[in-house]
Amino acid sequence: MIRLDKLTKRFGTNTVLNGIDLTIQDGERVVIIGPSGTGKSTLLRCINFLDRPDEGVIGIGDLSVDAARATKAQILGLRRRTAFVFQNYALFANKTARQNITEALITVQGRPRAEAEARADTILQETGLADKADSYPAALSGGQQQRVGIGRAMALDAELMLFDEPTSALDPEWVGEVLDLMRRVAERQQTMLIVTHEMQFAREIADRVIFMDGGRIVEQGPPAQIFENAQDPRTQAFLRRVKQ
Amino acid sequence: MLGLVPIILGYLPLTMFMAAVGMICALILGALLAVERVARIPVLDQAVVVFISFFRGTPLLVQLFLFYFGLPSLMPFMSGLTGVQATIIGLTLHFSAYMAESIRAAIQGVDRSQWEASEAVGMTRIQMMRRIILPQAARVAAPTLMNYFIDMIKSTSLAFTLGVTEMMGATQKEASSSFLFFESFIVVALVYWVLVEALSFVQRRLETNLNKAFTR
Repeated sequence: MIRLDKLTKRFGTNTVLNGIDLTIQDGERVVIIGPSGTGKSTLLRCINFLDRPDEGVIGIGDLSVDAARATKAQILGLRRRTAFVFQNYALFANKTARQNITEALITVQGRPRAEAEARADTILQETGLADKADSYPAALSGGQQQRVGIGRAMALDAELMLFDEPTSALDPEWVGEVLDLMRRVAERQQTMLIVTHEMQFAREIADRVIFMDGGRIVEQGPPAQIFENAQDPRTQAFLRRVKQ
Repeated sequence: MLGLVPIILGYLPLTMFMAAVGMICALILGALLAVERVARIPVLDQAVVVFISFFRGTPLLVQLFLFYFGLPSLMPFMSGLTGVQATIIGLTLHFSAYMAESIRAAIQGVDRSQWEASEAVGMTRIQMMRRIILPQAARVAAPTLMNYFIDMIKSTSLAFTLGVTEMMGATQKEASSSFLFFESFIVVALVYWVLVEALSFVQRRLETNLNKAFTR
């Protein structure tokens, strides 16, 4: 189970996250939607301390971290319980597709190389990239890079997978293959927290949709409720805009 | 005149020994200094800044004299220092200061996404540096570092001022006994030149290799 308690983040005088409370059940798929600059990505980045939250508590499984006095060990603990998929893929540029997947398994999790490579090859099969195992990121298309990025995250067997607008940087022709892969991840009862602008996709795979605005959770509920029967005028206005 | 070539080449191993040991030590020290400059460890950081400033700000010849002639008068236990050792120490400290700055710039030039991805998978700072950041910085820094290596090979000639008979020292001796000054010095110049050209060839191979991951 994931628990966020009054999570707050300020950049200077600008409060980007204003006391976010959120509980996510194991295996739950939660999609966050909302206008740009409302703290959706920052929320994800605060959960694994890519951005350091100012206040609040982050709980993942048996680990509970008070943001204001997080130790290095606790931050590593959060990062090792989560996996992150970046908008710009962020593959290790000096590693092949296979090495991108094995790197953390060997370096961070301390697994034997042979085991890590077997795992990577299974994942490359599943992501349809078996023939690209020895390619470097520079030689892959955006869609292929993002599939490696998702594969790298899958391999970690993390308690929570975080997706930060995983299709926003992609050419339209590659969006479909990345969403397909995410659907397959979702089928495994993987706990997922996804920020996306793909409304159709959100409606399809989410157990719960959260609408954020101004650093707060404005409204949340099952997709049908949010997309067809939003209560808050801000949610209604946002959904009208994105439908156009 | 061509008879000089084998004599001078006889001292090539010593020249290369000083340059190679100096290069390895300078690379290690330079990388450590660079990592410190990026991490900015309090107190140590100020010391590193002063170190880099001093060894970049004073001539190598002055530094060599300082180590070889100066320090033993201050610290008697240093008097056992040979000219070769003093040269290697001087080359190491001098060039590590330059290399630290190139490596630091290369580290800071590594894309932010690489740092974030390393953090996100739970690497420690050391793992991140060793596995992801430094290998990528090496590619950027390699041409400059090779230039420093070439410069270092030529700078070993200063060892002759400490009484070391290396290629330059040997040439000097030959020249003053035979009075063939022009011939002697043009020969030693050509030997250095050929040596550096051979290294430039190695440099191009190395760069192609380091760029492998970044070309389609």
